[in-house]
Amino acid sequence: MSARIEPRDPIEAATEGNYKWGFETAIEMEIAPKGLSEDTIRLISAKKDEPEWLLAWRLKAFAAWRETCEPEWAKIKHPPIDYQDLHYYAAPKRKPGPKSLAEVDPELLATYEKLGIPLRERAILAGVEGAEEATPVAIDAVFDSVSVATTFRETLAKAGVIFCPISEAVREHPELVRRYLGSVVPAGDNFFAALNSAVFTDGSFVFVPKGVRCPMELSTYFRINARNTGQFERTLIIAEEGAYVSYLEGCTAPQRDENQLHAAVVELVALDDATIKYSTVQNWYPGDAEGRGGIYNFVTKRGACRGARSKISWTQVETGSAITWKYPSCILQGEESVGEFYSVALTNHHQQADTGTKMIHLGANTKSTIISKGISAGRSNNTYRGLVRMMPRAHGARNFTQCDSLLIGDRCGAHTIPYIESRNPSARVEHEATTSKIADDQLFYCRSRGLSQEDAVNLIVNGFCKDVLKELPMEFAVEAQKLLAVSLEGSVG
Amino acid sequence: MLEIRGLTAEIDGKPILNGIDLVVPTGEVHAIMGPNGSGKSTLSYVLAGRDGYQVTGGEVRLDGVDLLALAPEERASAGLFLAFQYPVELPGVGNANFLRTALNATRRARGESELDAVQFLKLARAALRDLAMADDMLKRNVNVGFSGGEKKRNEVLQMAILKPKFAILDETDSGLDIDALKIVANGVNALRRPEFSALVITHYQRLLDYIVPDRVHVLAGGRILRSGGPELARALEESGYAGLGLEALGESVS
Repeated sequence: MSARIEPRDPIEAATEGNYKWGFETAIEMEIAPKGLSEDTIRLISAKKDEPEWLLAWRLKAFAAWRETCEPEWAKIKHPPIDYQDLHYYAAPKRKPGPKSLAEVDPELLATYEKLGIPLRERAILAGVEGAEEATPVAIDAVFDSVSVATTFRETLAKAGVIFCPISEAVREHPELVRRYLGSVVPAGDNFFAALNSAVFTDGSFVFVPKGVRCPMELSTYFRINARNTGQFERTLIIAEEGAYVSYLEGCTAPQRDENQLHAAVVELVALDDATIKYSTVQNWYPGDAEGRGGIYNFVTKRGACRGARSKISWTQVETGSAITWKYPSCILQGEESVGEFYSVALTNHHQQADTGTKMIHLGANTKSTIISKGISAGRSNNTYRGLVRMMPRAHGARNFTQCDSLLIGDRCGAHTIPYIESRNPSARVEHEATTSKIADDQLFYCRSRGLSQEDAVNLIVNGFCKDVLKELPMEFAVEAQKLLAVSLEGSVG
Repeated sequence: MLEIRGLTAEIDGKPILNGIDLVVPTGEVHAIMGPNGSGKSTLSYVLAGRDGYQVTGGEVRLDGVDLLALAPEERASAGLFLAFQYPVELPGVGNANFLRTALNATRRARGESELDAVQFLKLARAALRDLAMADDMLKRNVNVGFSGGEKKRNEVLQMAILKPKFAILDETDSGLDIDALKIVANGVNALRRPEFSALVITHYQRLLDYIVPDRVHVLAGGRILRSGGPELARALEESGYAGLGLEALGESVS
């Protein structure tokens, strides 16, 4: 497969905004034929040397998928997706399983360098303003369908932490994968989760044993490269009793005219007193200023707070994708368990985001916090959709929700759709919502102090998002701020 | 030196400034007084370049630079500062971050090096000390939850840090009690030096007891009707605009 470079209209290029991650890597790929059938699934399973139980699980998911329809309740519009016109497996050609970074294709390493994700084992993101000292971050890099490198594995292993591609976990730790896979998001949970369960190719696996505090941030960097290929990654994170882990994922894709499908599933399990902090900086290609191209991002993320006093905290900064359909949720089963959802969703041009969370309170004295900041610019549509459900046994449970929307310009839309169900009279649910526009007097005030119009908008937007950005690990908060600035380009003036 | 010549401006087609001529030499502080509706705030917004105010004639030069040809941020870089009558709140934006971003933007525009967080903090703390303000002023979000007096003090702090060549203080005294007024006036006086000049717009003589102007101008009906020394402000306070025979014109625009 070769990269084509075509001359582009300079005006178009200038008005498109700067998606700096839109390059394509020319690398030899192994690609399965288009189309989805049991044979495709058998092929994927065979490629990955999977045990029989996993193939059976995939086939069951596929059967469930065929029985379900694409959900239609979200406030998004797109032409029908032809699921038979996609490739379901694409992998860089290589010798089976590189044992070390030295064996990874240099072209791939160069790609990640270009993305600012050095896969060498050293403290990354050094020199970031405000960071006292750069902490090392272990990275799993997933390129199209496969994991190409995982760093710092030995250091982590010493602490007892398993961090590896999920395909490898299936081979090396089958008992763990079998126990937890699909235990939070069942194979047939919804249309996109079923699709993922049938065809997922890789993703990250994290296991933090009892009493261990993971010694470094874990991070997975997803990159879609191949054309007409769906990306279906699967992430499974388990924190045993008293364990702590902070995990971050980043995502980019080349700039292309056609739409590309991404349907991931993430499952988190927290046992007694465990904490999982999961942060996402989602920057899939959003499409151009006219709404051509971009990733369709249909993602199911769910965490189960199984143990007492366990805590799962989702933080997401969503700036990319033509369509975002994503509701990271918490099932608060253990007594006094805590669920948190901090979200910034920014849409510009013709982007559509329908995102939010579900907090399902099962246990007594469970607590959840939802802070959602939606920013709409251009002709985009941004919807917060959230469910807070207090079940009969959730005595003394509490939720606080705050949804703020910021509009830039007068052709975009912001929508807030909160669902609240309470079946326990002692549970307390609070919901606050605001919608505002960046006011002319705010812009003028900033400009009169010397800030350009764009800097002023960035400053105001960053201020608006502060409550969420402060939840991100410091280095990534700085990255996220820059990302918001880039995503807002061309939204004013 | 600020030179305003024959300046006319309108809002939504309605003339507000009807030919302003005013020169403020470098190093001097001038006061503009006038009844409601005389065009005082319009003058300050036109000088700072706010959208919605159409300049229909005349010119404004700051040390020879044609201000009217510049965007608001370029005017700031050229050394102009407007202390707002109603300072604007910026939720979530820390005062220190705001000020450093603004200072570095103007420094960049002038080809000067940017200040890092440590250098900025040193400079900001020194400014706070000079103005007898507490350090927590920097940590708070821009004007959010500030009292009226704190907002005005924050304007003076910004001015002290941005070090403009020319400052316009638009009714900085409005809504201040006498103690806050003194703090703000002391802050302005601390900035007085040969290379700094200012235009103090006020409704009342009171502020001018603390910021003693070199010249006082009376604005009414969008024109400067009378100019004089500090004694003109006192005369106005005693006899009112009517007493000075300015009533008719003052009312014609209100």
